[in-house]
Formats: sequence, structure tokens, C-alpha cells
Amino acid sequence: MLLIECPWCGERAETEFSYGGEAGIERPAEPDTLTDAEWADYLFCRSNPRGPHKELWNHAQGCRRWFGVERDTVTYRIERSYLLHESQGDM
Amino acid sequence: MKRYSALGLLRNALSHNRNWPEAWRSAEPKKHYDAIIVGGGGHGLATAYYLAKVHGMRNVAVLEKGWIGGGNTGRNTTIVRSNYLWTEASLLYEKSIQLWEGLSQDLNYNVMFSQRGVYNIGHSLQDMRDIERRVNANRLVGIDAEVVDAAQIKKAIPHINTSATARYPILGASLQRRAGVARHDAVAWGFARAADALGVDIIEQCEVTGIDVEGGKVVGVQSSRGRIGADKIGVVVAGNASVVAAMAGLRLPIESHPLQAFVSEPLKPVLDTVVMSGAVHGYISQSDKGELVIGAGIDAYNGYGQRGSFPTIEHTMQAIIELFPIFSRVRMLRLWGGIVDVCPDACPILSKTPIDGLFLNCGWGTGGFKATPGSGWVFAHTIANDEPHELNAPFSLERFTSGALIDEHGAAAVAH
Repeated sequence: MLLIECPWCGERAETEFSYGGEAGIERPAEPDTLTDAEWADYLFCRSNPRGPHKELWNHAQGCRRWFGVERDTVTYRIERSYLLHESQGDM
Repeated sequence: MKRYSALGLLRNALSHNRNWPEAWRSAEPKKHYDAIIVGGGGHGLATAYYLAKVHGMRNVAVLEKGWIGGGNTGRNTTIVRSNYLWTEASLLYEKSIQLWEGLSQDLNYNVMFSQRGVYNIGHSLQDMRDIERRVNANRLVGIDAEVVDAAQIKKAIPHINTSATARYPILGASLQRRAGVARHDAVAWGFARAADALGVDIIEQCEVTGIDVEGGKVVGVQSSRGRIGADKIGVVVAGNASVVAAMAGLRLPIESHPLQAFVSEPLKPVLDTVVMSGAVHGYISQSDKGELVIGAGIDAYNGYGQRGSFPTIEHTMQAIIELFPIFSRVRMLRLWGGIVDVCPDACPILSKTPIDGLFLNCGWGTGGFKATPGSGWVFAHTIANDEPHELNAPFSLERFTSGALIDEHGAAAVAH
């Protein structure tokens, strides 16, 4: 069981949260100029690292707000939670 | 290769089983191979076997970072079926079932393929509509499938709870009688032994750390046992596809998740078929040793840790007890996790890549075991001919660019 720190509500059990996948994927600013391959990369491809991973979590059973978590995908150790607007490029 | 036989069993018993030959050689890596298969799981070993047997490529090595049977091949719940919704997927898995049906004879190794049937249970009107649609789709492409009602289920599986007052009442199921289970370790060992007998080098404790590409073409791999040259490289590394693809500069539409499974203490025979439910989300069968073999869904987060979270275990047990209240006091003996590579459309990638001579077999998600022989068969064809077989042509990497996805999420009889 992961113990996840919501920046607003504090540490809560994993069951209160839902997972939002990799953080920092920005919607392309000019979609009309993108090739199919670039669209595919934005829509489907993920870095999926073995090690430190920045990811999105939502406190679904609590304040229902989104935030970022830095977690290791091998040890599952959580380094920190952070507010998305405070970390440029991690929305 | 010394063939296994009843007579051989007797002869070895008389010599106190001291003279059994090793099942496969412990090969030293050569300087260069015509093809290298990265990953010695079932799919990789099957690929090497069919490369040697069907395509006559015998200068082939399988590089395994751990030991044969130590990865996902030995970590799954061994269910084999082909009742997928979309034609592309069901034909691929059906090819596999056809190979399963002759596999023990073909490999001269008992893989204990037991066609005991698989029931995919429906709990709502919509479940039953989906089941009827899927059964009809299966029959249209020649796959055996039938719809059964709750009374037929109760007759075949007396311990299942078909009470109308259940929280998730059982209304019916799809039944594929040719589906079933196989012994997972035996599949890995059998393919390894048969591939070895055809001259394939199986090299364990050999981790690939880099893929050498020159002028857009693969030339070899860097490994923990030195550099090994190769004209063609097939990457078959379930659970680490993104990591190995990144060695060649490729980004994949894959995320890796833990998938947990469990076995109970051994019981007397109590369940002689396979029961799966997508709605309460669990699946269960009984092994020949008497253990209940149980699985469910992935942990939601990305993970490479070969273990998952307790809530997922609890959820799985709730599903099993919903179906079989009789199992509420059965104790679990072991639990473990495997790492599954999940594609956005829950279908695998069996494909050429933008790099000449580099081939990918990955993204099987939670359902790769059933495909082991078929996956190896079409992947060997793809590597040998530099072109996919018509069965795996739809499973290209390009489908994510063209948009021709094969959406088996939720359609494939059980949610992924």
C-alpha cells in the first residue's frame, strides 16, 4: 500500500487516490502543424522509465484535486509530492 | 536430444535417476549470430524454436538476463483461450490454440495442456449482450464458442453462486470448450530443450545492456558477457520493453504495471474448469496439485517492482468470494507479481521497427501466456522473412500512427 501525501490534505492511503499517468505531457501548442507521428507520440508514447518517475495523482476520495508525485518505479518509494503550477512543464 | 519416453522413464528409474541428460546445453556466446533473441521467456524461446524448425535458421542465440522460467512465463495464471472480440486478435490467439493442441508431441515435452473450458461470466443485461456479440464474432471466424445460461453454469460448476439475490447475480456466460490451462514452467523448459536440440544457443545470466546500430541497421548487442554480433535482433522482453527499446532510441506506446497472482493451499478437486469474470474482475482455476490459481487486474500505477499493493489483493479476493462463497476460508499460500507491458489498445506489438534488422514482440499486457506458441510462430516468420505474416501484420508499431488500433480493452472477455 502506498502512503501518498496530498499537498492539501496530508498523508492518506493509496485507496483514496486515482492514478493519472506520466506528468509533464503538454498538449501541443499548434496541433495543426503536427505530423501523424508527432500526434502518435503525444497521444500514445510514454517514457515509462525504470526508476524515478514524475506522475499525476488525483485525491479522488478527498479534495478531488490533481497534484504531482515523484516516485521510483522499482522501489515504489515516494520522494515528494508537489503542486503542478509550481513545477513548470509538469502539468 | 534424447527423446523422453515411457521406456526412458523406466530405464532412468532403474539407475536411480542419476543419468538424465541436461535438458539444454549451457552455451557460451559466439562472436556472431544470424539472429539474436533478447529475452528467454516463453515467447522468445518459441521464436527461436520456430526460427530453427520452420525457417531453417539455426545460428541463433537466446539471451536471458536471469534464468529460463524465472520471469513472466513462470508468473502467470496459465489460462489459454482465443475468444477475443476483434477478428485480428481472435485469429492470432486461435493460431496459438491450434499450436497448443499439438505442442506436447511437437516438443516431446509434456506441457500439460488441459482443454477444460473457460467460462466468461456475465452479471448484467449489458454483459450478456456483449457476450452474445463476442460469441457470434468468434463463430463467424470459426472459433468454438457458445452462450450458456445460469442453470447450465450451475450444473457444470456446482459451487458457484448463481443465487438471484447475489450482489452481482450470474446471468450467463460464454463458454469456449477448447480453451483451458497449461503448465507454464513446462512450456518454457519444453521450448528451451527443443530449440537447443535444433542448435539454438540458450545463454542464461546474460543481460543485454546496449543495442549497436550502424547506418540504420543493427549489428549486434552489448551484454554482460561481452559484445555479440548479429544480423537480426528480436526483442521479446515482457516487462522491460520500453527499457530495451530505448537502447535503440525507440519510444514505445507502452506502460509497465505490476500484475499480481495467488495460489491457495492445495484442496481436493473442487473446480474442473476455468472461471473468469470481467465485472467483479477475477479469474480462477485449480491446478493439478490442487491449488486454486487466482488472478485479477493490474495495479493502476507504473511499476517494475514485481509486486503490487494490498488493495488489489483484497479486491481480487472479494471478486473470487463473490463468485465462490465456499472459498471464503481457503488460505492463500503464495502471492507474487509480474510486470506487464500494456499498450493503449490492449493488443501486442509484433512488428518491424524503423531500424533495419530490429524486431519487436511486446505489449501483451495481462494476456501473453496463452499466445506463447502463436506469438513465437508469427514472430519467427517476421524475423526470417523481414515481413510480418498476415496474422501479425495488423499488430505493427505503425498502427499507433495510422490509427488502426485493435481495441480489445474491455472487449476481450475480461477487462485488462
